[in-house]
Amino acid sequence: MTTKTTRRSAAGRRERNHLSGYFFAAPYALIFLVFILVPVVLAVVLSFTNFNAIEWPRWVGFLNYITLLTSDEVFMQYVLPNTVLYAVVVGIGGYILSFLLAWMLCNLTKGIRTVLALIIYSPSLTAGVAMTVLWKVIFSGDQTGLLNSWLMRLGVIDEPIVWLVNTQYLLPIVILIGLWSSMGIGFLAMIAGIANSDESLYEAGAIDGVSNRFQEMIYITIPQMKPQMLFAAVMAVVNAFQNGTVSALLTGNPSPGYAAQLIVNHIEDYGFLRYEMGYAATVSVVLLLIVQLFSRGANRLLTEKD
Amino acid sequence: MAYRGRHINPQRFERGQIKILLILLPLALFMALPIVFIINHAFKPMEELFAFPPTFFVRNPTLDNFTKLLKFSRSAGIPLTRYLFNSLLVTVLTVGLSLFTTTCAAFAFSKIKFRGRSMMLQINQIAIMFVATAVLIPRYLVISGLGLIDTILAHVLPLAAMPVALFLVKQFVDQVPDSLIEAAHLDGASDFQVYWRIILPVIKPAIATAMVLVFQQVWTNLETSSYFTNDESMKTLTFYMNTLVNSSNGVAGQGVAAAASLIMFIPNLILFIICQNAVMNTMATSGIK
Repeated sequence: MTTKTTRRSAAGRRERNHLSGYFFAAPYALIFLVFILVPVVLAVVLSFTNFNAIEWPRWVGFLNYITLLTSDEVFMQYVLPNTVLYAVVVGIGGYILSFLLAWMLCNLTKGIRTVLALIIYSPSLTAGVAMTVLWKVIFSGDQTGLLNSWLMRLGVIDEPIVWLVNTQYLLPIVILIGLWSSMGIGFLAMIAGIANSDESLYEAGAIDGVSNRFQEMIYITIPQMKPQMLFAAVMAVVNAFQNGTVSALLTGNPSPGYAAQLIVNHIEDYGFLRYEMGYAATVSVVLLLIVQLFSRGANRLLTEKD
Repeated sequence: MAYRGRHINPQRFERGQIKILLILLPLALFMALPIVFIINHAFKPMEELFAFPPTFFVRNPTLDNFTKLLKFSRSAGIPLTRYLFNSLLVTVLTVGLSLFTTTCAAFAFSKIKFRGRSMMLQINQIAIMFVATAVLIPRYLVISGLGLIDTILAHVLPLAAMPVALFLVKQFVDQVPDSLIEAAHLDGASDFQVYWRIILPVIKPAIATAMVLVFQQVWTNLETSSYFTNDESMKTLTFYMNTLVNSSNGVAGQGVAAAASLIMFIPNLILFIICQNAVMNTMATSGIK
């Protein structure tokens, strides 16, 4: 076979493949376009309007954004601080925790590792509605509540605490549940990243003076699994901002005194309770921007250390 | 003893692992507590649900709560089987459609050169961070605009395209050597034959992972029933379970709600356990470069 014919056939194939690429990508792309891209674009457009779901949307320019920044007291006083706190603890805290757990698991033999990983991962399967009743029983406000009963028997408290109404406890409870269920797919990626790291590097490191597990983790393990760290970071950011179901199901929407109101709940509050859909769209766009921004930040932070 | 290195992936039990177990075991126990509790709660007979002080473990397990759950639904007009049927149909359709479109697209993005490919990939990468709740309203407008309200497609289509799944499967397809595909082309195989005979069999672990992810999304999804369907007979099991959980504030309802929760949770867990080897395989290639 001469080089000339090879080149021609390669070029010919590229021409043919060119079209088949679209053909194979089309089904996914079409669904993606209609149910993800178009809704996002629509949200951006709606965010500049006043829309109550009955009348045709009325263009109001940046009014919604200005309102959000200057006169939405609930947003500034409760929703934003709550969301930031939740994101810091569940996002960053959960991220660090999932790395440490993954690393510890990889220091164990395969059998124990698999069982423990399953136990730690399984709470993330309860996301959403599945487990609301569980929390209602545990945090029940009278003596029949499991937590109250335990604390009273231990003598920590004398009177039952009304966990899900007392504004002081609402956010911590929601955060705790968020943290509990945050060891999801990012956590699995980290385990896989560590477990598949190049073992010869560990021997080389030992010769070069790495003297304990901690040094090994910092100098050998982490640099090798940057890609997985980054993937897990993106997952952590998304998880930190999209969760609002637990808060709404446990405490209602809006929650008492807006104590556990997260940005997702704020969107639902305006969109589906008050039918101010233009304004809800504005909050949605802000949420999508925040998530993008944080993921970029995580990206920069993790790639800079190279 | 000199430090030997190589503590990752130990083959045998070593003394150094005891320290780690001492940290991990209590933590795992703590994380498992709520799930152990709900399992126990679902099997408690009435007098144990009412017991004071409340008990953690069940003493005389019964299936009362599960049979009550069945009777509950019979009196509510629409039988439980209808919701179950809807849920199964929606789950099968969504997982099937999603796996088909995702693997096709992953093949195209990884192995076929065409204009706009890198841009489309980049858009998908950004969409990994997409928060579905944020666009509930525009999604509703799209779905009602297409006339899909109260149809099975209103449950299926919004969840069929999952950017994370495409990302993971594409990363896995990247590992299939190009020479394999070129050889097949030289033998006269069409692109579809390459996809069907070479790519699909090799990327089974990634397919299993995508299946687990999509299943988790669909099986417990509440949004499509709450917002995209008005017709009660078109709603899913998750929706029904949720109304049950919310309406039963009394202690008696708790057992039934716990049984319902368990029914929602267990399939998720079992599917993951079956696929966990494949999932871990796929996650090894999950990195963002």
